[in-house]
Amino acid sequence: MNMELSRRQFLGAAGAGVAATALGALGFGDIEAAHAEAIRTFKLVNTTETRNTCPYCSVACGVIMYSKGDRTKGEQAEIIHIEGDTDHPTNRGTLCPKGAALLDFVKSDTRLKYPMIRKPGSDKFERVNWDDALDRIVRLMKDDRDANFVEKNKDGVTVNRWITTGFLAASATTNETAWETYKVVRSAGMLVFDNQARV
Amino acid sequence: MTNSWTDIKNTDLVIIMGGNAAEAHPCGFKWVTEAKANRGAKLIVVDPRFTRSASVADLYAPIRQGTDIAFLLGVINHCIRNDKVQWDYVKAFTNASYIVKDGFAYKDGLFTGYNEAKRDYDKSTWDYVIGPDGYATVDDTLTNPRCVWNLLKEHVAVYTPEMVERICGTPKDKFLKVAEMIAECSSPTKAMTSMYALGWTQHSKGSQNIRAMAMLQLILGNIGIRGGGMNALRGHSNIQGLTDVGLMSNLLPGYLTLPNEKEIDLETYMSTRGFKPLRPNQMSYWQNYRKFFVSFQKAMWGAAATPENQFAYDWLPKLDVPGYDILRALELMTQGKMTGYLCQGFNPLLAAPNRKKVTDALSKLKYLVTMDPLDTETARFWENHGEFNDVDPSQIQTEVIQLPSTCFAEDEGSLTNSSRWLQWHWPGGTPPGEARTDNWIMAQIHVRLKELYRKEGGAFPDPIINLDWAYADAGEPTAEELAKEINGKALATVYDAADPTKVLAEAGKLLPGFAALRDDGSTSSGCWIYSGCFNENGNNMARRDTSDPDETGAYAKWAFSWPVNRRILYNRASADVNGKAWDPSRKLIEWDGAKWAGYDVPDIAPTAKPTDVGPFIMNPEGVSRLFTRGLMRDGPFPAHYEPFESPLDNLVAPKVRGNPAARVFKGDFEQFAETASKEFPYAATSYRLTEHFHYWTKHCRTNAVLQPEFFVEISEELAAEKGITKGGWVRVWSKRGSIQAKAVVTKRIKPLICDGKPVHVVGIPLHWGFTGAARKGFGPNSLTPFVGDANIETPEYKAFLVNIEPIAGPVA
Ligand code: SF4
Repeated sequence: MNMELSRRQFLGAAGAGVAATALGALGFGDIEAAHAEAIRTFKLVNTTETRNTCPYCSVACGVIMYSKGDRTKGEQAEIIHIEGDTDHPTNRGTLCPKGAALLDFVKSDTRLKYPMIRKPGSDKFERVNWDDALDRIVRLMKDDRDANFVEKNKDGVTVNRWITTGFLAASATTNETAWETYKVVRSAGMLVFDNQARV
Repeated sequence: MTNSWTDIKNTDLVIIMGGNAAEAHPCGFKWVTEAKANRGAKLIVVDPRFTRSASVADLYAPIRQGTDIAFLLGVINHCIRNDKVQWDYVKAFTNASYIVKDGFAYKDGLFTGYNEAKRDYDKSTWDYVIGPDGYATVDDTLTNPRCVWNLLKEHVAVYTPEMVERICGTPKDKFLKVAEMIAECSSPTKAMTSMYALGWTQHSKGSQNIRAMAMLQLILGNIGIRGGGMNALRGHSNIQGLTDVGLMSNLLPGYLTLPNEKEIDLETYMSTRGFKPLRPNQMSYWQNYRKFFVSFQKAMWGAAATPENQFAYDWLPKLDVPGYDILRALELMTQGKMTGYLCQGFNPLLAAPNRKKVTDALSKLKYLVTMDPLDTETARFWENHGEFNDVDPSQIQTEVIQLPSTCFAEDEGSLTNSSRWLQWHWPGGTPPGEARTDNWIMAQIHVRLKELYRKEGGAFPDPIINLDWAYADAGEPTAEELAKEINGKALATVYDAADPTKVLAEAGKLLPGFAALRDDGSTSSGCWIYSGCFNENGNNMARRDTSDPDETGAYAKWAFSWPVNRRILYNRASADVNGKAWDPSRKLIEWDGAKWAGYDVPDIAPTAKPTDVGPFIMNPEGVSRLFTRGLMRDGPFPAHYEPFESPLDNLVAPKVRGNPAARVFKGDFEQFAETASKEFPYAATSYRLTEHFHYWTKHCRTNAVLQPEFFVEISEELAAEKGITKGGWVRVWSKRGSIQAKAVVTKRIKPLICDGKPVHVVGIPLHWGFTGAARKGFGPNSLTPFVGDANIETPEYKAFLVNIEPIAGPVA
């Protein structure tokens, strides 16, 4: 990687956000400070910078999100700009037409805001509160599990499986969510379990 | 990927086949451009369409979709016949010299042991001759006619340049040019990299497409070296991770496998997972299987997993079939055998094949739960959208609950990219409305279900009630808590096996890596291959040090690369039998007389003598496999099979239809068009556009503006033949469904001449549906057949048959 100081790193030294923390580790804190003196204040300086990666393809380009408000301080935070992370070794600040429009994903009109339920035979979704939605889901799951759980197969071997309810896992959740999902799904005895690796 | 995106800059030759990185992975493709500009590397693209990758290639060769194996075996044949083989590598690092059992043979498209009724093989002859010493018999001179090398030579002999042209439609001179360029990389100082994606996997023989290239790469000596490798580009941002963590029917995390019902107890389960070395001195690393497995059980059930209850072995569900993948799940729904389905960030109504069947399947469920940041078609499969979703809600009795989840910008944790880098990301925005994290949603389901079982009792509640759930907030585990669990902990103090006075980890501490895992219950780890990602040094996935000594492209201090921060898999094979780099300019690790050291974490025990221990430490042979024994369902060598729907017969095995070992459900076969069908004469394929990602970006205004409308792509020749005008409306239909679209008439697709007859290709991009900001449209799954790859059930999306006709457009 080009080791000249990037604009992003200047910013970090100017104290504009999370980026600052990683810089000391690179060992040029002093030069940073000197350079930073000479640079005019960046326009996004009043925003909070957060490092993330593009959630689309598996190149996983680094991005920086700029928000009004700082979540780490418990504030309401609205993302107002997303751009490529110039420090990232793979994309070095570039983004493709998908990643360059990420803000539109965050702010899409069709982002979901509330749990909804569609009753059998109905032609519409209706709002439901989280407690009722979750209680309904676990009731449906438990009734099915209790009715169809197979403890032993016909040869009397313990098999402890549940194959009448299935789970499709995602393709862009975190590894940590994946692990938690694994625990919840397998402990219930589910075998109908797949992810989006192939489609 | 065996290598990484940033490593591609070190290559001499890039072959893109089964993918289109310039459009689907643009910022990764940049490293191809880098290699071209700085090293003079060349780029070859082999594809049915002249893609944007092809437009910057040094050589483009057209190919009919679904014939890649014939092409690749043709290249292997070329290399063998012209002595373009990296012999020292092949002899020392592959199983070329291993003697195969006498009964094994291949004839007329079938290997020994085929059972037509079961569409499966008895694989007992697909193995090595084992000598009296218990090891595989080898012939280092490669003269024994039964050695792998000679069997391979015979197997590929039929794939001559003429045969490749007849099957693939690739003109002989183009094919030979490609073969010659590839063959040059048999030199120890030249490297080729293979970049592929769903263009190879979405076939009924997808796994064997990849095998064929892996074999070629081994013959050229390109595995384990800088600028080489098998580089799966992968589709989605964390599909590598979701698979690594084992979210599939038959997997446990870290590529361990779930028991089947014949494995009645832990000892029976372990008896087929012993991985005894097949040659003297070999590491056969899977010998540690029990450590990984027991540590996983401890991560699941903590103190409740004890030696007395076989570490809760019975709490894992046992399989009665190879796996309940999405296709089997939909088949079971269609038969009315399923009650409920939960979809997390997955849109099967558009992603699974034969959409009509998917709609019927979902309509038979009692309940469907979706969790997604976006309003997906699946959540609204019961809603009428005219021709785009022609259903009658009153006839659909499925209860649907749609849960709003956060998106990447509001969530914390790691994703694993195709370079195997686990990169941490931080949340920057407040979620909209009442959207909640997936961690919260999954925890709520578990905690509430557990509560019901505590109160009411019910079917075998033990594994639910005893699930280890020691999070500060049981209702929402944090990403850090979960990452530490994945990494693993010492439950009792762990000592060095070689030196019991040395402590590897004090009780209660995070483990340094998987070498510290034990099989006695004293350690836990959710996913052994990720161990080391979050240890006592901190969160290694969050590292952001961009240093890269000598600019090798390794970036060893950026994030964490599994396993153990290794950047290039099989890197021991970058050096010769004595441990010297094949190519000094590509040095990765070398043997200094006492240990292995260099730029990367050695993929071998640091003190393993190079002349004793082979580089492919996961295999009991210690070498890589040109012949895969019984490890794949459809053969130890790849063989050419036509797609299930094909414009021509299988020229090398006329009696064989499709992949003979692929699973086909009753009723689906009748829904395939016959070979060389007059009713469905055109060869269709599906693909992505650079402006869109899957079915997500149609929800984004900018992307919807860039590519607003569904279309299909055909050649000028086909357009002329059918009277289709540029931008005119067409109907495209298969035996399973019908769609309407505008026609893009293009020079990017040309008719191919296969076995003397023209084959017209119809291209169908996949980004449209009936929700979001773009115009309503269709996806290829309205047309595609319900059949998957013989080994891992990836649906055959890339090769199927359709018909096409011009129609009057919809009234504006
Ligand atoms: S910006 Fe483009 S290339 Fe980069 S990760 Fe996103 S989709 Fe992939």
